[in-house]
Order: sequence, then C-alpha cells, then structure tokens
Amino acid sequence: MRTLDQTTAEVLQLAANHFKVPADSLAPDDDFFKKLGIDSLQTLEMLSRIENHFGIELPDYEVQGVSDFRTLASRIQSRL
Amino acid sequence: MLDLSDYSSIGEALKDALETFAPEVCLIEADRDRENHRYTYRGFKQLALPLAKGLQDAGFGAGDRAAIIMTNQSKWLLSAYAVFFRGGVLVPLDYKLTPSEQWQLLQHSGANVLITEFPIWRQLQTAAGRSAAAGVRTILVSEAPPNADLAGAHRWEEFRGKGQPDFVARRRKDTACIVYSSGTGGRPKGCMMTHENYLEQCVALTSLYPFWPSVRYLSILPTNHAIDFMVGFFGPFTCGATVVHLRTLRPEYVREAFSKYKITYVSLVPLVLKNLQKGLQARFDALPAGKRRVFDALVRINKAVTKNRPLPIVSRLLLKQVHAAFGGELRAIIVGGAFAEPENLQFFYDLGIPVANGYGLTEAGTAITVNDLKPFRADTVGKPLPGMEVRIIAPDAEGIGEVTVRSKTVMSGYLHDPELTAETIVDGWLMTGDLGRFDPTGHLQLFGRKKNMIVTEEGKNIYPEDIETVFDSLSVKEFCVFAANYIWPQRSMVGEQLILVLRLEPGQTLTADLRRDIAGRNNRLLNYKRVHGVVLFEEDFPRTASLKIKRNVLAERLARLDRAAAVLPL
Repeated sequence: MRTLDQTTAEVLQLAANHFKVPADSLAPDDDFFKKLGIDSLQTLEMLSRIENHFGIELPDYEVQGVSDFRTLASRIQSRL
Repeated sequence: MLDLSDYSSIGEALKDALETFAPEVCLIEADRDRENHRYTYRGFKQLALPLAKGLQDAGFGAGDRAAIIMTNQSKWLLSAYAVFFRGGVLVPLDYKLTPSEQWQLLQHSGANVLITEFPIWRQLQTAAGRSAAAGVRTILVSEAPPNADLAGAHRWEEFRGKGQPDFVARRRKDTACIVYSSGTGGRPKGCMMTHENYLEQCVALTSLYPFWPSVRYLSILPTNHAIDFMVGFFGPFTCGATVVHLRTLRPEYVREAFSKYKITYVSLVPLVLKNLQKGLQARFDALPAGKRRVFDALVRINKAVTKNRPLPIVSRLLLKQVHAAFGGELRAIIVGGAFAEPENLQFFYDLGIPVANGYGLTEAGTAITVNDLKPFRADTVGKPLPGMEVRIIAPDAEGIGEVTVRSKTVMSGYLHDPELTAETIVDGWLMTGDLGRFDPTGHLQLFGRKKNMIVTEEGKNIYPEDIETVFDSLSVKEFCVFAANYIWPQRSMVGEQLILVLRLEPGQTLTADLRRDIAGRNNRLLNYKRVHGVVLFEEDFPRTASLKIKRNVLAERLARLDRAAAVLPL
C-alpha cells in the first residue's frame, strides 16, 4: 500500500511527464492550473493518465474544485 | 413536434410528450464505455410519476420551489419532470459552485426541496450555511452507498409515493424556473423565467434547428445552464428526440460517444470547441505530405460547394474520415455560453460541420440571435430568432450601441430585486449591457460590453463584486475588482480578465508579503474566477455619502492609466 507522500510524488511525476516539464519544477501545493498554465479540459486529460497508472476510476465529481497536487493525491489515495 | 402554442406550462407539454412519443427512446445515460440506463418516454413516465407522488405526499405543490444540484444524468431530468408535474418551480443550481455558494442560493431561492447526488450532499454537509437555508425541508440524495449517513436526507431511489400523483396546472405567466445567471458572492441574480419564456423559446429555436424522433442530442453542458435545459431537455423531449448523458467529460469518452450514439446535435462552450479544433489540427498536421495535399484539396472543394449553405451529405462524402470521427450523423454543433472566435467557427464549417453560434443571455430565455447558415457567417452571431425584437440604442458614429431585446422569452425579473429588475428591463426592453451593431444583411455583430463583468470561455459569468469578499481585510487602504475591458474597452468579447485595484496606505509598497497574501486569497477562488493582475491607484477611491465606492467614477479615472503599464501580473 502506497503512503500519501508516495502517491503525491507519483502524481507529480505523471503530471511532469504529461505536460513535458521538469519533475523538480512541480511541488505538492502548486496550483496546477496556474503552474502548468492548463485549463479544465487539459486537467481531465491528465486525470485519464493518472487513472491508468493507479488502476482506479476517479469520477469527475471527485476532482471538482481541486486545484493542487496534494489534494488530488489524497482523492486518489482514498480510492486505492 | 408538439404544437407548443396549445400549452400553458412546461409540465403540461412534457406530460403530453411522454404520451405522444411513448415507444421512442428519450434518454440514454452512459458512463465511460458503459451504458447505465436507456429509457423510452413510457419508461421515463413510469419512473417519474412515483417521484411526483412522493413529492405530493411531502406537501410539495403549486409554486413550491425545488432545487436540483446534480451532474448531467437521467435523475436530473426525471426529478425536473416530477417537480413540473406537481406545479413546482425548479431552481437548477450549478454543481460546480462551492458548497457555501450553493447554500447561499438555496436560501435566496426559498427552495423547500433539494434534490442532489451523494458526493455533492457530502460536501454540502461540511459547509456552513445549512441553518440559513432552513426552508429546505425535504432533501433527496441519489446514489448513496448502502450504509451512508444521510443526515436526515431521503434516498432518491426510495422516495416513491403509491398511487397516481395529481397533476397541477400552471399558467403561462407563472414562474417555471429561477435560474441564477451569477451573483454568488454579492447580489444573487435569480432570473425568474416563466413557462411562456420556455414555450416561446423552444418554438423559436426549433424553427431553425429542429428535433424529431431519432435525433440524438449529446448533453455535455451542465443541464442547470439555460442552453442545455432548452436544447438538452425541453426541446428534444417535446419533439420525441433522444438525449444522451455522459457521466464523465474526459475527452476520450466524449469522442467515443459521438460515434457510439450517432450524435445529431451537441452544444459546446467555446473552450471545448477550441480544444476540439486543436486535436483535429494536430491530426491533420501529422498526415504524410501526399495525404495532406489530398485532404487540403478536399477541404477546398467542400468550402466552395458549401459557400451558400451547408450540404451535409456532400460534406460527409468528401471528408468521410472527419465526419466518421463525429459519428457520421452530426448536423450541427451548437456553440453558446460565451463568445466564440470566428476562426474557430470557420474551421469546423470548412470541414462540413455547421456551427450554430448565436448570442443570448439567461435573462432573455437562452438565445436572442442564432446563425441561420444561409449563408454561414462566422464574423457575426446571426440574426434575431423569430419573435425577438432587437434594437441598438444610443449608437455611436459606427452604429455601435447597447443591444436591447423585447420578446416573450424575456424573464419577468430578478427574484427579490425589484431595483435591479427596473434597471435591467426598461419599458419592456431588456438592456443586455453588450455592445453591438447590425450589418446591412441583418446579422448582429458584438463589440464588447458596457457592463462591468466578464464571461469566460467556459461560459461562466463573473461579476467583480462577487469575488471581492475573498480580499476582505487585505492589509491595504482600499481595494476594488474590475473587468479590465470595462476600464479599457477592447471592442472584443474574448480574453476578458479581472484585475484587482489597490489603494495602498501612505508609505506602503507592494511587498513580496502582500503579493503572497493576494495570491493566496486568489487561489481560494475557483480557477476561472481569479484576478489576473493588480493595479496600484494613487488616489483615494471616490465614494458616495454612504461610503460605497463609485465604481463608474473610479473606472473613468483608471481609464486614464496606460493598461499595459498599469496592470502588474500576479
């Protein structure tokens, strides 16, 4: 079983790969809309990649209003 | 289609539609690659009437208000029908608002019934505000896990009355819905929409973009939004068509739905349309040179043959693969909620996919003008719909002035706000606050706003006053939020941004700490509501005797500043 910190680290790495930015440029409390300059649709695309990685389904409502990696990781953690 | 001139209310028309089109499929609910439900009009009725009886048994009747906070799904429409059947007033609320905003609007609307989904109910319980909305007596929650604590709410699935419910008739001028066009943080703008507003709007829209049995409408815009309520519920249902709901908006599943369900119409906000264009363009650019030349030639031929009007069959033959990706039966993409850029619209039209762009406001009952495609004009928002009188008042030398509308589709007013209603509807004309002019062929062109607000590409109306509370107690002398284009008009409806104007204390500077504080507060707002920059103003804000900021006067003074130099990015 992953810890929340591990999940957060994996989410950061997946986001970095998906948007082709250096992994060390992203931090858990970053606002991903602002940091990556992405819109809500691009966020949904990133979520599909995250779902495949963790082997879970993350309903849209679970990520409604979430804008930082740490909170996103905690939503994923609760479904692992 | 039903002859809607024969009906007095939404409930009466829907009731007849469920009988008239009984064997047709009215609703498909899909989740990713699974199909959750498929209902005929007969099946829909059988599910909705026990719910209406349950509401009746709970004392719900004529004029009572029921709010729905749900994602797009079958229970949204089933619940709405049950509310209308009982003569109730529907309050469709945005599920994307924060829980405290939702409580605020529940209280403002005077709703006594709330119908929602378990995850939303879970969040509502954690937010303050329930006590203020004490009028909400009956709460129905769908899809709750078996052992979940519902905190006094009922399970939607079990809230069933026995026997036939009594249908409650309503008159055309009675309020059918209270639709919030904005105003969660400051002054809620609850548009009181009458049954007549919807009946007339439906007739006007379907005269240009008709529905019939076998038409399939993909419902992606939230159903609480005026557009989806009309073209994703009332319009298709009164014509015997099918609505397809998706429980996820992941682009890959949306793409799949087009071909899986052979979609006829879809409504999109400009942001999604842009995203679609980006994806298609990337695919075209990846074609080998030879194929690309052939493709470009086919697009040129399509453009030539569809110059005066769409020819769907010809376009589908010429650009078979593009159309196959959209299911092969797409007749039009309806674009609304915000201003769409002409090049974005033209891109799709050139591929043989007509884009029904238009212009509207919740206050005007959805659409005021729509492109009739005769011919397609990407540079305009189309001509007024039948029954709409549109006038430009106080035009300048170029003919640009405020767009005003008079029609049976215009709301009766703002709930609990006669003052704002009187400012907005003057002598029967709705003052839109948007600037436009008619071209010689009668098409409306828009050139910006007269009002201090922005509309995002996602179709969200944001009023500066609504987000100011997040900056309360900021350690500056004074602050105020503005739409940048209100201060410095751009003659454009795109790329609108909010700015925070600060009057610092004597000797105070914009330190790193202050910037951090502003950024932190800004991040508490939903991403589309955030301010994009800060302006430092060197004078005290002009105020009224009661110390309210004179926003118009302040805006005039700010306009003297150079925008590029004055706006400091956050």
